Order: sequence, then structure tokens, then C-alpha cells
Amino acid sequence: MNELSASSRITYRAVMVRPGVARRIRGLSDRTLAWLFITPTIVLLLAINIFPLLWTIYLSFTNYRANRANVPTIWLGADWYQSILTDPDIWAAMQVTAHFVIWTVVIETVIGFGLAFLIDKKFRGHGMWTTIILLPMMLSPAVVGNFWTFLYQPQIGLFNYVVAFFTGRDASSFQMLGDVRLSPWAIVIVDAWMWTPYVMLICLAGLRSIPDYIYEAAEVDRASKWRQFWSITLPMALPFIMLAVLFRGIENFKMFDMVNLLTGGGPGSTTEVASITLKRAAFESWRTGYSSAFAIILFVTVFGLANIYVKALNKVKSR
Amino acid sequence: MILDANPSIARRGLADRVLRRGPLEAVATMIIAAGVVMLMQPFSLVLYSWSFATTLFGTVMFTIVSKVRE
Repeated sequence: MNELSASSRITYRAVMVRPGVARRIRGLSDRTLAWLFITPTIVLLLAINIFPLLWTIYLSFTNYRANRANVPTIWLGADWYQSILTDPDIWAAMQVTAHFVIWTVVIETVIGFGLAFLIDKKFRGHGMWTTIILLPMMLSPAVVGNFWTFLYQPQIGLFNYVVAFFTGRDASSFQMLGDVRLSPWAIVIVDAWMWTPYVMLICLAGLRSIPDYIYEAAEVDRASKWRQFWSITLPMALPFIMLAVLFRGIENFKMFDMVNLLTGGGPGSTTEVASITLKRAAFESWRTGYSSAFAIILFVTVFGLANIYVKALNKVKSR
Repeated sequence: MILDANPSIARRGLADRVLRRGPLEAVATMIIAAGVVMLMQPFSLVLYSWSFATTLFGTVMFTIVSKVRE
């Protein structure tokens, strides 16, 4: 026993203290041990993901109201779904969401890829510029919403003065957040400002993954820079661009916090994206069953979109 | 030299060619895309009304056909 090393003595004592437990664990198969380890995770997932989803599906077929939990619940069938899918106000909210999603994704992808292409050239100080460009996405959406509200102020806001400087218009002659024509673009600008760096980062990863020897071979074949871009850079970075589009499309489809802070859905309902309509139905009108049905409609849409993008991603990757 | 007039590779039937993951997934994807476009288009309330059913059908179909053999 004295000849044993320190670690061997510890192991020996551990086994000696609980011989029954050790024998039992040694007797378990790999499969049983694997199940033992993943069971807590599965239970947690069922409790915080699957159960709420199933409960929401159930509530979407009832007249349940969270502020009147003692009132007996009545089964309504698909009434809420029918109501939502024939409501012109919800339809308008979906169009506002579509405007926001399409324009933010297009602007962020174009500018993000352009910035990534420039940063990938590894000019002097590119590391510092990368850090500066990445700063907006490190901020909290609450902070971004608040300070852009100040930037958009027609009297003291910097944004109006910059526009006035370049266009010659009076700085206080327009309101980005108060004008029904400009407010949908105001939220697009803020989201693009905040999340373009994220798209840039993903595109940069794609560009850095392209091996140099492919460009060298193209140089030998006397391919022009333009040709190299369309035949090498873009196709090889496409899976990463698709990934960025997937992430930003899904995130912006359920955008709430920033828009709520900037405009609260106004003026009128010009920036009332689907998630703000949902929040109003759920926590201002307390129509829990109705809002559950709306949430399920949005969930199915996002799930369907995710399927499309994952399929597209696999297709591009397998090329 | 013996020439085999009947090749050993059996000719595939129509069901074998169509009921494969690739074409079925493509159909499901198109149905989902149509549903999402219907949900967000600004032209017809009727199309909007049928958007959820379309997307749901496409999503369920995609989930099922992604388990079909390659």
C-alpha cells in the first residue's frame, strides 16, 4: 500500500468507501450510462420548450384569459385562427413585418458582404477597423433603441443634422419617428446599423475559408478580378451568406424589443410588426387564447422558413 | 464473348423515381415558400386567409418527407 502513488491511493480509497456503488456503475452498459447523462437535459428541454409549446397549442383553441384564470375554459375549436386569418389589421401587421424583414436582410447582406470583402484585404489597421465596426452589435437593443430615439429627435438629433448637411433641407422639417412615411425606414436603418457587423462577421468567416491556391490557379489561367469574384469568391462564400440571411430573417421576423423602444408600433400602426401586435393582444387586451393562436401561426411560419433555408444551405454546401 | 441482352440493373418505375426525398422535399419547400408569400403579400385577403394552412401543410410534408429514403 505504501508503494502506491498518491493518485492511486485516492482511487483505491474511493472504491473501498462505496464498493456497492462502484460495482453497480461498472455493471452499466455504455448505452445506459449515455441515457443517464442526457436524461437531465431531455427533462429540462421538455419542461421549458416542449411543454409550453403544447400548452400554447391547447390554449389557442380555448377562450382562456390569463387575467381571469378562474373563469371556466371553453373549447372554441379553430375560431381564433379563423378570426386572425380574416382580420385586415393583422394582415396589415404582416405587411409591416414583411417590409421590415425584406429591407433589413437585403441591406445588411449587401453592406455586410461588402465590408467583409474590404476587411479581408488585410490592409494596415484592419484589426482595429474590424473591432470598431463590430461595436454596434455588442450593444444591448434597449440601449440602441434609446439612443437612436435621441439621434432621431428633430430638434436636437444628430441624424437630422447629418441629413440636412447633405441634402440642404431644414433639420427640423422632418421627423423620422413621427412621420408615417419615414418611420418604417427609421427602424430599418437602426436594425441595419446594429446587425450589419454580424452579417459581416459571418461573411468574413466565409471569405477567410477560401484557400489561396484557388486564386493562384485562377491567376495562372489569367482570370480577371471580376471573373474571380463571380466564379470563386461568391460561390464559395454563398453558404455563409445563406446562413447570415437565415439568422437575420428569422430574428427580424420576430423582432420586438428595438421597435417597441423606438416607435412602440407608431405613428398609428405604421411600424406595428407582428410581435408588437401579439404582445398587445396577450398583455394589454389579455386575450390569451387569441394571442396563442397568433403565436402558433408565427411559429409555423418561422419553422417553415428555417426548413427552406437549411435545405438551401445543404444544397449549396454539397456543390 | 457473350452479350447480355437483359441488363442486370432493373428499370426504375415512376413511383421509384418520384417518391424520393429530393423531389418531395423540393415540392414541400415550394409549398412553404408559397405559404409565406401568401402571408405577407399586400394584394389579396383570400390568399392571406389560406396562407397558414398552406405553410402548415408544407411544413408537415417537409418533416415527413425528410425521413424518406434518398
